[in-house]
Amino acid sequence: MSATAVAPRPHGLRRRRLTVLLALLAAVAVAVVLSVTIGSKSVPLADAWHALTAPTGTENDIVIRSLRLPRTALGILAGLALGVAGALMQGHTRNPLADPGLLGVTQGAAFAMVSSIILLGASSLLTSIWYGLAGALVASVAVFALGMAGGRGGPTPVTLALAGTAVSALLYALTSTIVLLDEQAMDVFRFWQAGSIASRGADVAWQVLPFVLAGLVLAVANAPGLNALSLGEDVARGLGQNVSRTRAVGVAAVTLLSGAAVAACGSLAFVGLIVPHLARPLSGTDHRWLLPFSGLIGAALLLVADVVGRVVAPPGELEVGVVLALLGAPFFVALVRRRKPVRL
Amino acid sequence: MTTLRTSTVSWRVRPRAVALTLTGLVLLALLMALDMRIGEIEMTLPEVLTGTFDVNSAAHFVIMELRLPRALTGALVGAALALSGAIIQSIARNPLASPEILGVTTGASVTVVAGLVLSGSAYGTVSGLLATLGVPALALLGGLLGAAIVYGLAWRRGLDGYRLVLVGIGVAAVFTNVKFWLLTVGDINDTARAMVWISGSLNGRGWEHVVPTALALAVLVPLTLLGTRSLDALRFGDDTVTALGVRVNPARALLILAAVLLAAVATASAGPIAFVALASPQIALRLVRSGRPPLLCSAVVGAVLTTAADLIARTVFSPVELPVGIVTAVLGAPYLIHLIWRSRK
Repeated sequence: MSATAVAPRPHGLRRRRLTVLLALLAAVAVAVVLSVTIGSKSVPLADAWHALTAPTGTENDIVIRSLRLPRTALGILAGLALGVAGALMQGHTRNPLADPGLLGVTQGAAFAMVSSIILLGASSLLTSIWYGLAGALVASVAVFALGMAGGRGGPTPVTLALAGTAVSALLYALTSTIVLLDEQAMDVFRFWQAGSIASRGADVAWQVLPFVLAGLVLAVANAPGLNALSLGEDVARGLGQNVSRTRAVGVAAVTLLSGAAVAACGSLAFVGLIVPHLARPLSGTDHRWLLPFSGLIGAALLLVADVVGRVVAPPGELEVGVVLALLGAPFFVALVRRRKPVRL
Repeated sequence: MTTLRTSTVSWRVRPRAVALTLTGLVLLALLMALDMRIGEIEMTLPEVLTGTFDVNSAAHFVIMELRLPRALTGALVGAALALSGAIIQSIARNPLASPEILGVTTGASVTVVAGLVLSGSAYGTVSGLLATLGVPALALLGGLLGAAIVYGLAWRRGLDGYRLVLVGIGVAAVFTNVKFWLLTVGDINDTARAMVWISGSLNGRGWEHVVPTALALAVLVPLTLLGTRSLDALRFGDDTVTALGVRVNPARALLILAAVLLAAVATASAGPIAFVALASPQIALRLVRSGRPPLLCSAVVGAVLTTAADLIARTVFSPVELPVGIVTAVLGAPYLIHLIWRSRK
């Protein structure tokens, strides 16, 4: 929309987008440095470099390698995943209220994790990450099948969104029932719900990495088809798109990306909801640009919010999900107020 | 489609909507009669009838002081939330919109959870003034404050439906996460109690909850129905509506105010029963087959859904009572799914 307003030469538009892309990459790099060096024990940049290149087992080396690096890696992965998944989800449903959790992913993961605590006696979040992932996958497949059945020749945005909401509400209700009847499950659940990337070891980041990578590949493949779909399903069909297949690929990407992020970090759906709205004024409605912009903004935002959470409430920490909402939402509201929103 | 005319105004009436609304009311009456029978003291229907009118019987106390106010609160709260949801979904032209994006239910959740968690004692239940007066007052305050914030931030030379939705998302996100954070801060017992409230519960509701909700509905339902014509026009987008001669902003502002008040009063009485406001209008829409959520029919669907849910909430895990808000989702979600499923043709 914004691109057609003054009809810039395509060349200038492309250059502007490349500049923004570089700026966002730089922002992520800065966020990584902040995330590695700042915390309850702040580490000088030189020591951090030392820990990365030639660790000798000093205290700073251990802090960096066993705590800060996994945490930062997980932050990047989750931010990327949720940002991209959010943009995909809003594109496919053409609804600004859509977040990756709309496919039932978040509540599916929550239900599976809480059930595993009750039924299998899993005692912490980290042993149940696989259950979370499985729950997310099953829930989103169910939602997609329903949305598929509700529409003609493929899921329509409205049926998909409504089916997702209905399934999510059902799963949330079941989770709440368990949580209200079992105190230990409640204790785990409330921290999962707030969302955090702290105190997960490097193995968690490695566990979710393949899912995020696979999701990103699917997302990239999905972008051109999504552009055609945003002209309306009939036009997309006229352009030779296989609408059902495009939707299926998109849903698979969202499921892999947000399922992995949510299972590892808890409920951070807010990233997926807000980040695409931040990215859209920069990228316009072209998903080939919107997806990478959303991913990078998501990663930078998540890392910065995590760093802020470490320093605002010493000696404790504030969960990253809470900080994100407190930081990101006012910024988002200001942005929405300042300019005419780029509509889906 | 039939039309009612007086000398100055004409009104469209859909026979299908009227029939469904009446059927819903009959169903509601049946459910409430069932609700009167069940509980710690089981009664037969004749016993319920004699008990209701015989002032001296033991059944009279049980029905008039315990069961009837609770059932009425459920029905009224369900109707108010559903009506509020129908208005918001029509204005935002978005089936996913609910009082949540107006900041009402989320605002109320923050103030109440803060009240319960921060003032809470680790022992026993919240008692005295806080329980009877404090929680509803906190909820009303939080709900209205939340709505004022959303409305104030979304207003910029008029109110754009799309901007309202976006601002609503942002504010709701802040409130929701503050709520989550408060839940992690508190003692686990306070957290459990707060969880019950934010799920929406009808446990121990009395006449003091019935009266305000009934009053709000009595005033706001006619007002909202007057606004039906504006709602029909608002479906077409601001520019078209202005061209049609509807004064967009005043009409929309009034309707939003009505939606806010309905949701705030309902939340103060029974907590944020989230799914009712979202699903009832969509269920009614599919039953009536109209272009936007039908108002009265949505309200009746909301009342039936909440009453049926409370009936189940009281009996399934008896003597443990589930929060009604949980059961509304278990009951309403599959039905909505069924309707979506059936609509494929």
